[in-house]
Parts: sequence; structure tokens; C-alpha cells
Amino acid sequence: MLNAIIYALLSAIKISIVVGILLGTIAYLIWVERKVMAHMQVRLGPMRVGWHGLLQPIADGIKLIFKEDIIPSQASKVVFVLAPVIATVPALISIAVIPFGNTISIAGISIDMVITDVNIGILYILAVTSVGVYGIILGGWSSNNKYSLLGALRSSAQMISYELSLGLSLIGVIMISESLSLVDIVNSQAKCWFVILQPLGFLIYAISAIAETNRCPFDLPEAETELVAGFHTEYSSMKFALFFMAEYANIITVSAVAVTFFFGGWRGPFLPPVVWFLIKMALCIFFFVWLRSTYPRFRYDQLMKFGWKILLPAALANILITGLVMVML
Amino acid sequence: MLEGLLFIIMGLITIVCALCVVFQKNPIYSAIFLIQTMVSLAVLYVLLHAQFIAAIQVMVYAGAIMVLFVFVIMLLDLSKTDVEAGRDNLLFQKPSAVILGFILVVMIGIVTLKTVFQGTKGEYTPESISQIGNTQLVGKMLFTKYVFPFEIASILLFAAIIGAIVLAKKQIIEDKKV
Repeated sequence: MLNAIIYALLSAIKISIVVGILLGTIAYLIWVERKVMAHMQVRLGPMRVGWHGLLQPIADGIKLIFKEDIIPSQASKVVFVLAPVIATVPALISIAVIPFGNTISIAGISIDMVITDVNIGILYILAVTSVGVYGIILGGWSSNNKYSLLGALRSSAQMISYELSLGLSLIGVIMISESLSLVDIVNSQAKCWFVILQPLGFLIYAISAIAETNRCPFDLPEAETELVAGFHTEYSSMKFALFFMAEYANIITVSAVAVTFFFGGWRGPFLPPVVWFLIKMALCIFFFVWLRSTYPRFRYDQLMKFGWKILLPAALANILITGLVMVML
Repeated sequence: MLEGLLFIIMGLITIVCALCVVFQKNPIYSAIFLIQTMVSLAVLYVLLHAQFIAAIQVMVYAGAIMVLFVFVIMLLDLSKTDVEAGRDNLLFQKPSAVILGFILVVMIGIVTLKTVFQGTKGEYTPESISQIGNTQLVGKMLFTKYVFPFEIASILLFAAIIGAIVLAKKQIIEDKKV
């Protein structure tokens, strides 16, 4: 009985810490993105609120809460309200199986630095994130606006297409480590990071992860030059903010998966594991921002052709090569 | 005890959602309830210690197939007259649904009577599965004992893909002629 209580308490503490850090990071990611992009374009970015605009996320949050919440008169109301929630919740809960440190022991109790280590680990992440696409589709449909609907249709086609390559690109790593659990995958990278053994797999993962999170150069669902703002055109106030939170939470999740699968997870010399994990993740997130300020957007037919005719065969070839090499050696 | 309670609650939610799929007028709402049904079924699988099947259920049914459903419903954009016109043409649907439903209930009943109430225990209990690993066991079974049905299913899917290509290709050729 005591063990059960301790377990429940520990889980609650871990969940609140991880979710708290996650939400804080999301708020400051927007500031980081604005700052980094500004400096890349020889501007200064937000400077007014706090030192170098450090309090900008708080100001933005307060502004969004107090804004008028508009629901279009022809919208289907229940779905319209539900859509941002459907987008955000899967994005937040997919972080649950990511290990962010080695097992530590405090006062005789050993604590795993992961919320829960399930034996289907990566399948859980893929399953949960695949539900997130409904937020975008239903949001676009329920707004009763042609631009929203076009954005939603584009995004659903894009996400289905790139989800395949995303899943297949990870199979090479799973084959080598012989486990779906993310803790085991980190442990099997003690000698050599999988990015060295699986360079093609990593490349495919990186490209499809950017497409899955609807980020530039694959941000067609919200292409502002042609679709106003895409699927969230009609959204305002906190509902709009929820869509943004979902986008940044997804960026954090795919970065965390990239670190776990290809860059050795929390492993690294000298510094504590959690710090290593955060450093690697920050570099991955920086890569996203860097891409956004560098590349123009794809055209829609190019995106589909690239996804189905290049990425998917390449991902399948990667599995075949991995299998052949593993049998030969 | 707690698991049993959760199972009953989730089962009720699943049934209510499944009924809502049938009784909703708007096809999009039906689709949304169908998604909810799939997700609740996945929860039932988790409660039955079949985590792999649960993940696949959400990924394939809720995540991929239902997206296509919603996609098609949105593109079709049925107006009210279309829906009412379509209703008259499907008179044979009701009796065939009743007959097929009856057969399904009888089949499920027979299987339930054969296994659950007789209390026969299979080779793979939750304890032995958790030792070998859920995913490993499913994979092993698919490639040894059930390899024939597995391959048959793949041929079936292949035939469906070819059928879809033939249908789409016909349309493209007709468009080119015009």
C-alpha cells in the first residue's frame, strides 16, 4: 500500500514538473523564434517589454486572454470549440514516454527520469500524434470558411503522406536496438549514436518531422500568401493561442524523439544527463527556426510528389539496407 | 477491481458513441463519433493488456483511415436534397443490415459461450505475455502460426489497391479525352 502511494505521488510530481517545463518552454519558444529570426534578418525583434523583450510571452499571453472570442455565426459551434483542444492535448501528452535522464535515487527510492516507460514507447507517440491532425481538419471544416477548409484539406493530405515516411524512418533504429521502448533505445546508444549508423533514416526523419509539424518549408496548411491564415483563419483569442501551443508542443516532441532516436538521448560526458538532453533538444529546435528563416515554401504538387515518390521509397530502401547489413554481419 | 470498473465505463462509452454514429444526421458528426469509438476501443485493448493492438488501433483506424473518411465527406459536401434523394434508393439496406447484424450477434454469442463461460484458459495469459513482450509475441505469431492468413490479407489489400488505381485511372483517361 505504501509503495503504491509513493508511486502515485512520484508520478504526479513528475507529470507536473514535465508539463510545467513544457508549457514554459512553449511560451518562450515563441520569443526565441522571433528573436532568432529577427537577428538572422538583421533586425532586433521584440525589445520593449523587459530586457531584450524577455517578458514578451507574458504580455502576449495576457493580451490573448483578454481578446474578444469570436465564433462565426455559420460555424458548427461544438466542433469549433473542440478543435483547438483536440489539437493541443495529444501534442502535450505525447511527451510522457520520453526519457530525459538516467535513473537517480533520492532517500533510497530510485526514480526513473521518465514519466512512464511503456514497452510500445514509440508506437504510443506515433498513435497519439496521429490523432492531433483532427484538430486541424475539424477546425478548418467547422469555421465554414473556404480558406480554412482548403488549409485543412491540404494539411490532412500532407500529414497522412508524411506520417508514413516518419514511421518507416524510425524502423531502422528499432531493428538495431530490438525494442520499441525509448529507454532501451537510449541504452543501446551507449557506444555509438544511431545518427552514424542510420544517416539516411535520420535525413528522412528530419524532413518528414518538419512536414508533420507544418513548419516552413512545408507550412502549406497556413500559407498566408494564398490562404489568409489557413485552417485557423476564423480563430481568435485563446483558441488561436491553443493552436499555436499545439504547433510548438509538436516541435518539442519531434525534437525530443530525434534526440532519443538519433543523438543518444540523455547520454553525454561531464554534464548531468538532463542538461545534455536539454542542450541537444535546444539545438534541434534552433534548426527548425533556422530553416524557417532560410527556405521558401514548397508548391503543393511538389510536396506531394516529394513525399510519395522520393521519401517513401527512400525510407523503404533504408529498412531493406539495414536488414541486409544486419543479416550479413 | 479498478480495472473492471474502468472496463465497464469505457465499454459503455464505446457503445454510446457507436449508437451516436448511427443516429447522427450530419455525416461529419457521425465520423467524429466513429473516431471516438475507435479510441475507446483502444482503451479497452489497453485494459485487456494488449498494448500493441491498442497503439495500432489508434494509429491505423483513428489516425489514418478515419482521416480519409473525414477528408472524403468534406470533399463530397452533400447538400440536403442529395441526402434525401439517396435515402430512397437504398431500400434493400435495412433488411440486409438486420440479417447480417443477426448473424454477427449469433457468431459473437457462440464464441463467447465457447470461451468465456467455460473458463478455458489459453496458452498466453497476461503474465506470460508481459514476460515475452506484447509486440514480440504478436510478431512471432504472425510470422509462424498465422503466416498463411497474414499473407492472404496482404493479397486482399493488394487487390484493393489495384482496384483503386483502375478506378482512378479510368477517370483520368476520360478527362484527357474531353
